[in-house]
Amino acid sequence: MTKGQAISLQKNDGGSLTSVRMGLGWQAAPRRGLFGSRTREIDLDASAVLFADKRPVDVVFFRHLVSDDGSVRHTGDNLVGGVGQGGDDEAILVDLQRVPVHIDQIVFTVNSFTGQTFQEVQNAFCRLVDETNGQELARYTLAGGGAFTAQVMAKVHRAGQGWSMTALGTPANGRTFEDLMPAILPVL
Amino acid sequence: MTAELVRGQNHPLPQARLEIRVSAGTPVVAGATLGDENGKVHGVEWVAHPGAPVLPGLEVSKQAAADHRLAVDLEAVPDAVHRVSVLLALPAADGRGPVRFGAVAAPFVAVTGLDGTEVASYTITGLEAESAVVALELYRRQGAWKVRAVGQGYAGGLAELLADQDLPQAHQLAGSIHEAVARGLARSVPAPPQRTADGDRSPQPAAPAPGPDHGATAPQGAPGPVPPASPYDPHGAAGPGPQSEYPGGPGAADPASQPSPAGSGGPIDYSHPRRQNAAPPPPPPTAPPAEPGQPARPVAGDATGWSMDERLYNQVWGMFEDLARTTAAYRSAVDFAESRMEKELDQVLSDPRSRIGGQGDAAREAARARHGQLVARAREAFDRDLAQLIAEADVVEPALPPAYARWDNPAWHAYRVPMEIPMALRLGDLHLPEADRIRIPMLVRLPLERGLWIDSGRSGSPGDTFADSHDMRRLALETAVAHAARLLAVYPAGEFTVHVIDPAGSGAQALAPLVQTGVLAAPPALGAAGTADVLARLTQRVDLVQMALRGGAADSLPPGLDTAQQLLVVNDFPHGFDDRAVNQLRYLADEGPAVGVHLMMVADREESAGYGPLLDPLWRSLLRLTPVADDHLADPWVGHAWTYEPPLVPPGSQVLQQVLTQVAAARRSWDR
Repeated sequence: MTKGQAISLQKNDGGSLTSVRMGLGWQAAPRRGLFGSRTREIDLDASAVLFADKRPVDVVFFRHLVSDDGSVRHTGDNLVGGVGQGGDDEAILVDLQRVPVHIDQIVFTVNSFTGQTFQEVQNAFCRLVDETNGQELARYTLAGGGAFTAQVMAKVHRAGQGWSMTALGTPANGRTFEDLMPAILPVL
Repeated sequence: MTAELVRGQNHPLPQARLEIRVSAGTPVVAGATLGDENGKVHGVEWVAHPGAPVLPGLEVSKQAAADHRLAVDLEAVPDAVHRVSVLLALPAADGRGPVRFGAVAAPFVAVTGLDGTEVASYTITGLEAESAVVALELYRRQGAWKVRAVGQGYAGGLAELLADQDLPQAHQLAGSIHEAVARGLARSVPAPPQRTADGDRSPQPAAPAPGPDHGATAPQGAPGPVPPASPYDPHGAAGPGPQSEYPGGPGAADPASQPSPAGSGGPIDYSHPRRQNAAPPPPPPTAPPAEPGQPARPVAGDATGWSMDERLYNQVWGMFEDLARTTAAYRSAVDFAESRMEKELDQVLSDPRSRIGGQGDAAREAARARHGQLVARAREAFDRDLAQLIAEADVVEPALPPAYARWDNPAWHAYRVPMEIPMALRLGDLHLPEADRIRIPMLVRLPLERGLWIDSGRSGSPGDTFADSHDMRRLALETAVAHAARLLAVYPAGEFTVHVIDPAGSGAQALAPLVQTGVLAAPPALGAAGTADVLARLTQRVDLVQMALRGGAADSLPPGLDTAQQLLVVNDFPHGFDDRAVNQLRYLADEGPAVGVHLMMVADREESAGYGPLLDPLWRSLLRLTPVADDHLADPWVGHAWTYEPPLVPPGSQVLQQVLTQVAAARRSWDR
């Protein structure tokens, strides 16, 4: 999957996807010495911003783990990353059937809360999984992401009766999704 | 490249700084001994264990855990040391937990670099009656360090293991290690309930399973997954876990049911003294398979929990959350549709072209149509959800036990004095204006965490001419009586005591159901003297129980002390209260709930305005309820204003008298 490529979330058999998970994984910083807790940890954060007609309506991130309507849920903040072997360290679950009717786009972002650029983070990726069967629909590697601390990863938007996903991969800088709004608005 | 070692096999170590990861299915003690070139351990200072976790070049964790990371720096190890033995032991069990490695999953140990790459790993298989095992040893060989898989178990436990390494004080050290571990256990987060009935089920590792590998590599000290609190419980109390004994509850004065103080070393019994969780719960009722295209038909109790009570509680909170969220979605969509229409209408107005011909009208029409369309779609989704919730409420409401049920529920006519405290209590009903047809039971956990304030002041909603102040006072006291009666009824006989302060005697009529049936500890206290007397006795009780709890001497309470939960109903506050009584009341509000003394104020805040901000903390600490419908309660997820309706006894119904008569009879036979 390359930047800007749109993927329809309609299933091959014509049925529409009902539930997807956006996963974010990265490898924890190596531990140093005996005082392992003093290791500089890498904290990446996944966020999802819900837009209605290009206006942000709600956001799901580590301080607001469930959208008010309950359709988008964050599984919880991971502050250090994982083993870097492909598992999701943070995930955002989207129940597409329950997304309120006026929400037409959901933008997923990654921010480096602790300030490391993606150059310093190993094995970082984002992916989209069909929650009903666990099948990976799309995977997008953040590694080699350059000297940036944030990325507008992808958006899921309404298309006809169903939903499509577009990978964006727009690099940006910022600590939380709020810093990314200037980078998000042009891609809506 | 990982080398998977078999017993006796060795492997070179590429670096001096290493981690040793241990993963066992059950909490184990991890330690290490340092040995000289002959393998002899010279003294207790050569052993790293939970009581003494750090040695030069070596650090182990302070408590037993299913997963460990031991830090090793072989360059920092003294030159005299030629061998580092990594040992595992099962914590001293006291009749709980496994006593032999044969009963648990095979422990897994891995030597890794600091970046997490595995150098070598070893699964210790073949253990039987052993309760301690030397897992690995790191040893010097011609100036370089190597690792060897040992797997030598000891049925005699740590003491035998240490003695085998020529440690002179082996037995004393083994004892002190187990003591340190027990202290660590007492401090740590409660484990899931012991499942003695089905001990075959292998315990789950404590760590989250993050990736495709062993699920054991979550870094120590990392934030785990989201805590297992019930999402429906605003207080964060874990739903399915055992309810912890409330300090000052019936058990407070009863040394037998008192958890041993943290310092005494014994593992704490986290199980509820009265809740039988040993047997697995009966499977929850599940919804029958749905017709294609139709939502599943709802079933009462279709939620997680150890008992039907708990399932219904969780289900009700689930319905509460679902209604809050689906309403949020609907409101958000309608707000958006309206603001979009306004913007579009403004545009039409400011566009000079719209003044020509019918273009403007057409544009306005289109904007309104777009608005109508979106609102209709939002309403459609909302109605679909509402229909589902209404169907669920229709099956759940009749299935509720008395503590959760409305007064008109037949469950109250079949009332029997219960044998144990229910999980929660219904304080009333909640609804939202868009969904007038569905009432959510407002359930709060027992024992009460906050006092209650039945507001007899004017209702907050403007234009409410429902009642003048006299009617409101009467209604407020009647509501309070209904709440108090419900509390009395859902507690086992003798475990809940109600005191009433009615200084002016103005509440005699409303209090009649409590007085006539004889469920009160004493007749309502009258006048300033009666008020002072009741407050003094309750204050003294709080003092005594607090002192006993702090001193860890629950058995030193005076023998005559009533161990029941206490509820003080105060009518007409601040009538009959002097400054001293007000201070005692504030003390009870602050300190009482923790030791089982609760307040129910029936009051109009305006009447005590003379005290100024002094009483603000009192009002804030109480949960405000109203005697008439009022939209002052917010849900914990979205913060909608919910309309609260008090649980009133249907007019003409005798259910309150009937229930209280039974309670009084049970109290009398209990007292005997």
